[in-house]
Amino acid sequence: MATSRATARALPAATLVLALVLSGCGARTDASGGSASSAAASCVDVSGDSVKIGLLNSLSGTMAISEQTVHDSLRLAVAEINADGGVLGKQLEVVAEDGASEPTTFAEKAEKLITDDCTAAVFGGWTSASRKAMLPVFENNDALLFYPVQYEGLESSPNIFYTGATTNQQIVPALDYLKEQGATSIFLVGSDYVFPRTANKIINAYAEANGIEVLGEEYAPLGHTDFSTIVNKVKAAGADAVFNTLNGDSNVAFFKEYKNAGLGPDAMPVVSVSIAEEEVGGIGIENVEGQLTAWNYYQTIDSPENTTFVEAFKAEYGDDRVTSDPMEAAYASVYLWKGMVEKAKSFAVGDIQEAAGGVTFDAPEGTVTVDGENHHIAKTALIGKIGPDGLIHTEWSSGEPIEPDPFLTGYDWAEGLS
Amino acid sequence: MDVLFSQLFAGLSLGSVLLLAALGLALTFGQMGVINMAHGELMMAGAYTAFVVQGVVSDAGLSLLVSLPVGFLVGGLLGLLLEVTLISRMYRRPLDTLLVTWGVALVLQQVARDVFGAPNVDVRAPSWLSGAVEIFGVGMPRTRVFILVLALVCVGVLALVLRTTPLGRRIRAVVQNRDLAEASGISTRRTDRLTFFIGSGVAGVAGVALTLLGSIGPTLGTNYIVDAFLVVVAGGIGQIKGTVIAAFGLGILQATFEYSTTASVAKVLVFVVIVLFLQVRPQGLVTVRTRSLA
Repeated sequence: MATSRATARALPAATLVLALVLSGCGARTDASGGSASSAAASCVDVSGDSVKIGLLNSLSGTMAISEQTVHDSLRLAVAEINADGGVLGKQLEVVAEDGASEPTTFAEKAEKLITDDCTAAVFGGWTSASRKAMLPVFENNDALLFYPVQYEGLESSPNIFYTGATTNQQIVPALDYLKEQGATSIFLVGSDYVFPRTANKIINAYAEANGIEVLGEEYAPLGHTDFSTIVNKVKAAGADAVFNTLNGDSNVAFFKEYKNAGLGPDAMPVVSVSIAEEEVGGIGIENVEGQLTAWNYYQTIDSPENTTFVEAFKAEYGDDRVTSDPMEAAYASVYLWKGMVEKAKSFAVGDIQEAAGGVTFDAPEGTVTVDGENHHIAKTALIGKIGPDGLIHTEWSSGEPIEPDPFLTGYDWAEGLS
Repeated sequence: MDVLFSQLFAGLSLGSVLLLAALGLALTFGQMGVINMAHGELMMAGAYTAFVVQGVVSDAGLSLLVSLPVGFLVGGLLGLLLEVTLISRMYRRPLDTLLVTWGVALVLQQVARDVFGAPNVDVRAPSWLSGAVEIFGVGMPRTRVFILVLALVCVGVLALVLRTTPLGRRIRAVVQNRDLAEASGISTRRTDRLTFFIGSGVAGVAGVALTLLGSIGPTLGTNYIVDAFLVVVAGGIGQIKGTVIAAFGLGILQATFEYSTTASVAKVLVFVVIVLFLQVRPQGLVTVRTRSLA
């Protein structure tokens, strides 16, 4: 019986250790770089009548919910291009890999897609951690990545094209909008990782320069689901608006709590930068109806390009599916790459980089143009309101595409941010 | 003053969520010593049960009331299946149980993903649970009051069963001294199964309650499993009383820390407090005194 007594003592200790290890799991965001192989000569084979491209999205793990939708719209774009005769007369052959929501896996799979599969370009990535992990792999191998998600800016690589918004195309216009609406104080709520922290640094600098008071700044760990204390703080502070950079499931818990606490879009609107059409259903329309979002694309945009895109998507994947900003940016990224290749008349990375500047595409969101210098694209900023139908309707538009400025060099108040 | 009350309520409310999550575990882990890493997935099963029931019974209020007993059954039966097929083969091998149930948890998550799809789904809360009630001039969300009451009812029923029914007496006898209980003619196998059924059923009920707070996804359970184990360990293994005190204690502690610092720091501080506490009192808050040699 001596052993069982020892077990009884060891059990609590063992569980505690396990608990600590487990709780650490969720927050693993360190970006370890890929192996540094020397810039080998590209092995891309363009002699046949097809050329390979890589799709690298998380098809499993916590990010699968979001990245699967991007994967679907990438495949739609490839299918359309192939049906239309391919790129430079060559059919596109897709090699798909699963990033499994792990930055290190993204780096490994990127290396495989470049050196083993010899793909001409890779499309994918979602979290900033996954992008930061892949960056050295693409730079060392001198390959191309098309990254389709809005992010925190302050980055630019010759080997990455950023087709989502940078901060001056999403967060800054959202602040401009709030200021225009007469907001003099805001409250910041975000998940505790790189994107919200960087975004809030920018927001604080903007607020200081524009006479807006930041009444509070709260971070919740990723996956946090108990927001009663944070909502209490928001309520007590009584700001004119809340700026929400929460990610994932936390949004659901936050908005349910927010509504139950008697707060709503009339008294204290919440501007969110991570809630798109896809997420509204999961949060529950009644909890977010009337709240604001900041993006560059909504399914409700009224243009022939968008109608075609939405109809094609629904025809392919089902009538109940919706289209969102990252999906649209991914869809556009394949066409932008096609445009660059056709302008360069070559699949070689160097030629594409040279030809990239000024390439345009009539995307569902409107015409987008690649900036040859920083590899971001000019996009129109849109503030939207979540309607009772679960879709987001444009409330305010910047009117014309905003030139990308990832380092915010064009803004005096942003001096000193890095 | 308002802030004090609303924070106290936030703490109690968080405590009641912890309590619901940990109560089933207090039985299966606390009483039986089984480390069931799939406990969170039983909660997840309960949550999806609420979703399915709402698909059948469209009235939100009725479906919630139907979901509670159905969730208990679904969680309980899943747990029973797990106990009969796997766990019963590895009593007294805690590390093996840990690994096997961890594997089961992953399998259940993937099953949920395949059946219900990767995106989260949402259960509508009944209209009589929307908004807040005013107590002492402080608005308390009705859903949270409901969960608080539900947790207390679950504890009450469980305590009553353990204290007064023949089954409860058998469970306590087996916990206190398995060999002696067996020698007095109690079927410990049957008692183990029933205990596991009840513990898993309570996890199912907890899952149904959680649908009022957040959305339902395949990984719903993993968010709570760590906290649930912490509560049971801090409360003292083998005693429901300890679990109740620990749940509310940790809830209030978390809410207080969170108000004065941030959510992330509060989590760390709570961990630190528990580690220090277990240094002083490794057996937890409340302990079972038995004459057993084990």
